[in-house]
Amino acid sequence: MADFHDVSAWRHQTETLVSVIADLLAGCRHVAVGAQSPVPGTAALLARRESAGALRVSVLDTDRHSPFTNGACELFDCAAEGRIDAFFLSGGQIDGQANINLVGAGTYPSVDVRWPGSFGSAFLYFLVPRVILFREEHTRRVFVEKVDFVSAPGTSEPGIYRPGGPHALVTPLGLFHFDRERARFRLASVHPGHTVEEIVAHTGFDFDRDPAPAVTPAPANARRALMHEIVRGEIAEIYPRFAARFLG
Amino acid sequence: MSAMVSTLDELVAGIGDGAMLAVPKDFSGVAMAATRALLKRGVKDLHVVGVPVCGIQVDILIGAGAVQTLETSAVTLGEHGAAPRFTAAVRDGTIQILDATCPAIHGALQAAEKGLPFIPIRGLIGSDVLTHRRDWRVIDNPFQAGDRVVALPAIRPDVALFHAPLADRHGNVWIGRNRELMTVAHASAATLVSVEEIVDRNLLDDPVLAAATIPELYVTKIAAAPRGAAPLALAGRYPADTETLARYAQAAKTAEGFRAFLDEWLTSTT
Repeated sequence: MADFHDVSAWRHQTETLVSVIADLLAGCRHVAVGAQSPVPGTAALLARRESAGALRVSVLDTDRHSPFTNGACELFDCAAEGRIDAFFLSGGQIDGQANINLVGAGTYPSVDVRWPGSFGSAFLYFLVPRVILFREEHTRRVFVEKVDFVSAPGTSEPGIYRPGGPHALVTPLGLFHFDRERARFRLASVHPGHTVEEIVAHTGFDFDRDPAPAVTPAPANARRALMHEIVRGEIAEIYPRFAARFLG
Repeated sequence: MSAMVSTLDELVAGIGDGAMLAVPKDFSGVAMAATRALLKRGVKDLHVVGVPVCGIQVDILIGAGAVQTLETSAVTLGEHGAAPRFTAAVRDGTIQILDATCPAIHGALQAAEKGLPFIPIRGLIGSDVLTHRRDWRVIDNPFQAGDRVVALPAIRPDVALFHAPLADRHGNVWIGRNRELMTVAHASAATLVSVEEIVDRNLLDDPVLAAATIPELYVTKIAAAPRGAAPLALAGRYPADTETLARYAQAAKTAEGFRAFLDEWLTSTT
């Protein structure tokens, strides 16, 4: 979580991110949310509410919000069978080909900075059709030209079984779509209060963009109200610290 | 009480130096009290398998110098941040790390429970996780030309150690939804379980409990340890002690701070 002196600025930004991610889930039947993912979790629950029940949301490692009864392996089995449409991944480093690094910066194995590890990424990135990359820090330290360690590759050579992969990248500055054919990101919209120049300055990889990219729409008041209702309810139960900060 | 039931000290006597020890992720019931008993006795050169990830338990084992090799998909203190002793050990090269991905750990244990030498898995091809695993192979699907899959050797731990809500005096252990514990028990040569409570009735007599119960066939020993997962949560029983977890995350950032925390933890009873 970025270190904001101004909590209201963080709250405002978080509302935009939740709204952007909820839009990316349109048409999905089942989205899974990993542990420690309050923003994607809020977005998924918002999308569920707006879908009038058409979207199923499974939050891992919860008693009440996970449907799984076959243990920690069931998420992966479920994904492998094509029963999960969307999932969220992140990275200590993410590069322009959408390779993600959850292991560390420097030369493996004695990396200079070690992160927790690859989790299920080296599997789910291949199998979940709509993987949304999400990172709350938009800097050249994160968005690098080439990751130091590929926890999971953004694209695969022909012949590799890969129904899934990166769909979009959401950061505090903007929304990118990923073109799997060209293996490149395309800036889709710039969040309110930010500029293309700012995004270029803080991104270590080259990406495609329109001459004048769109401005990300701010969430409508009705959507904001629904978001707050969800954070007061389910999210406060799953992510109490996040909820307390968001609600103030 | 039967021969299945022991004290925590007797329970961990089954974990020898150099053992391959499988432990679950934080949400599934981590045997923290038993880990304390293990460290008090002293243990070294463990090959720990995190099923499929691990947290404070393994960070403490690493900090105490008990781990030689760690096979896992991640080590994290969750909302309390990075696992500091793990991070330091990897940087300093004092443990061997076998980075995996969650379904690979599950799959390799499933191979073991079926008595198979290996199991194929999707994904992984093109990752550095695969590049650095010399024990993993890319093979051709024998049923479809041109389709490549990764083959993982079975993981057959010497010992599985975890904490569960309920057992009976026969050694049947109720695990609820945490079915990967069943797989771990099937796959491991010995299974040691600490539990919140041990009841006299036979859990297998109750059809509602039986399907989520590991039969004593796979269980080596059980020991009662109320609040035995603390400071971690035990689903359905108690929440995490976030104050202690936050204090650990802070203290363990330095070797000295970790040592002070460990000394205190080893002599405490909660």
